[in-house]
Amino acid sequence: MNNFFIKKFFYGDIPEEKGGGSDYQTKHDSTSWPLWEVFIRSKQGLDHKHAGSLHAADAQMAIENARDVYTRRMEGVSIWVVESKYITASNPEEAGELYEPAADKIYRHPTFYQLPDEVNHM
Amino acid sequence: MPVQNFEELFQQKIDNEIKIEPKDWMPDAYRKTNIRQISQHAHSEIVGMLPEGNWISRAPSLKRKAILIAKVQDEAGHGLYLYSAAETLGMSRDEMINDLHSGKAKYSSIFNYPSLTWADMGAIGWLVDGAAILNQVMLCRTSYGPYARAMVRICKEESFHQRQGFETLLVLSRGTEEQKAMCQDAINRWWWPSLMMFGPRDSESTNSDQSMKWKIKRKTNDELRQNFIDMIAEQIKVLGMTLPDPALKWNEERKHYDFGEIDWNEFWNVVKGNGPCNKQRINARRKAHEDGQWVREAAMAYAEKKQSKTKAA
Amino acid sequence: MKSNLIDYTLHLADTALILSQRNSEWCGHGPILEQDIAITNISLDLLGQARNFYQYAATLTGGEATEDSLAYLRTEREFKNLLLVEQENGDWGQTILRQYLFSQFQYLMFEKLQQCSDEQLAAIASKSIKETAYHLRWSSEWVCRLGDGTKESHERMLLAIEELWRYTGEMFESAVYETIINVASLKEDWMQRVSAVFSEATLPVPENVFMQTGGKKGIHTELLGFMLTELQYVQRTYPGAEW
Repeated sequence: MNNFFIKKFFYGDIPEEKGGGSDYQTKHDSTSWPLWEVFIRSKQGLDHKHAGSLHAADAQMAIENARDVYTRRMEGVSIWVVESKYITASNPEEAGELYEPAADKIYRHPTFYQLPDEVNHM
Repeated sequence: MPVQNFEELFQQKIDNEIKIEPKDWMPDAYRKTNIRQISQHAHSEIVGMLPEGNWISRAPSLKRKAILIAKVQDEAGHGLYLYSAAETLGMSRDEMINDLHSGKAKYSSIFNYPSLTWADMGAIGWLVDGAAILNQVMLCRTSYGPYARAMVRICKEESFHQRQGFETLLVLSRGTEEQKAMCQDAINRWWWPSLMMFGPRDSESTNSDQSMKWKIKRKTNDELRQNFIDMIAEQIKVLGMTLPDPALKWNEERKHYDFGEIDWNEFWNVVKGNGPCNKQRINARRKAHEDGQWVREAAMAYAEKKQSKTKAA
Repeated sequence: MKSNLIDYTLHLADTALILSQRNSEWCGHGPILEQDIAITNISLDLLGQARNFYQYAATLTGGEATEDSLAYLRTEREFKNLLLVEQENGDWGQTILRQYLFSQFQYLMFEKLQQCSDEQLAAIASKSIKETAYHLRWSSEWVCRLGDGTKESHERMLLAIEELWRYTGEMFESAVYETIINVASLKEDWMQRVSAVFSEATLPVPENVFMQTGGKKGIHTELLGFMLTELQYVQRTYPGAEW
């Protein structure tokens, strides 16, 4: 299982061993721009939603890049950016303890309560 | 949990159409395959800017110029979405770009063919983007979440690319004799390379079903290629042009078009770097990156200065 | 009177088109993907502005004139763009500086133009000024980054200033046909704003530089002929064809 490699290729997927190549090395980029996560409010009244990420040297530039990259087709009215390194993500392995306890608390949902038809729109 | 169980759980998720997300456990080979495929896809977008970018300055009308600029810029955007998706798997964009420049990473061979006349802008849009879209529509349902999301966005944006390509050719096909000849010539040159974009025949591939099993890919090369041929063989009638394949013929029994043999020798030659423009394309990318080094450094230095100033204040 | 208006509109159109053409040369070759997209965006904005001006000029000209006949079938001596915008891209610093010097001017010019007596020009100006405000913001930030970035970037900006400053005087010299707004009156404001940005960027404002002029009258640098050769090639090779 661990030793196989994929011999089939797709658009944009050509296996390395058949591709030739050279020993060219670019200069190491010691000052590469940090990664930022972009959140876009698509219209007034809606939440900001994660749109993607990009590289920028500073926050100002990140906002402008986000505008150029993620709102070319009028997809947004407001942009948030945050450097990716400041995002803490929950761990998928902890999904059980984090989210499953909510599953049996059905009394948190309105459908749990049976009411007479007269108060139907509560 | 032993690795074996992780793998079983992983496969269960895939089988149940649950997307894999960046922090989820995944087999090494799944990660590597995705990095390779997504980054090569990104490189294809970026290198793909060159043959078309080449005609921006010469576009024959202001409207065509605007469309072409917008389209090539979209490709830059798509490259960016894809690099971002690949970065979620733990490889930095710098590393990916390094691999492209060193020749280690590949990009779609189609972009190693030259764009010689204005009609090539139409042929690239219609045939090359047309072939790409078939793949990309399939990839909208790929199992890796960030890749699938990037593809959804890309497909939405690309829908105008193929249409504008066809429309460009349509105008030529109804134009002067010179324009008609230009149109036919471009179709002749781009037809076979665009068929090669789908990769070798299924029968050439061993161990082929792993990425199908992982739902990275959901249709085989031959299936997609056949879809493409069936689509184009009909559309070309509207143009009143022909495809350069004498064997192309509707097969009533298969309900598909039969077609002639692809020159696989040429395919491998181009993959290995002997295409007409391999060298120019990579040199252009390297030059852009190297010429940009001082710019990237300056912006970083400035950002750091600014930051230490605000801290001091 | 009408010919003045046509010439002036063509001057605005040519300037936007030629700068768009120059910026679009970066497409696919930018210093980083994000900035490739940014400069291409500006190129597209300028092309849009050029088309609006050409379409208006075509209406004024009447007859067979179209935006394309005006852009593709006029010669070097008929083009009226500013010398500044036809200058070569050079490195990223030179491109940035060219954009900044021009956008700073274009912004002030559009402010006046959107209040001018010609309704059509005023309308184009008020639509375009939002784009220009963004170009100005983007390019001035880059001037600061490069001017106050590294030693190398600072030196490159000094070279860019030396290369381009001599083409800035022309912006404020009225051509015969330039009767709609008084460009000379924009100079002081422009100078003040440029000085502020340069000072933030730790760059010196040159003094006593001899100014090159002529673009507005159709006397260009040698560069424009090559640009038009490329720009007009298809139209010239296949006269009368539709694209």
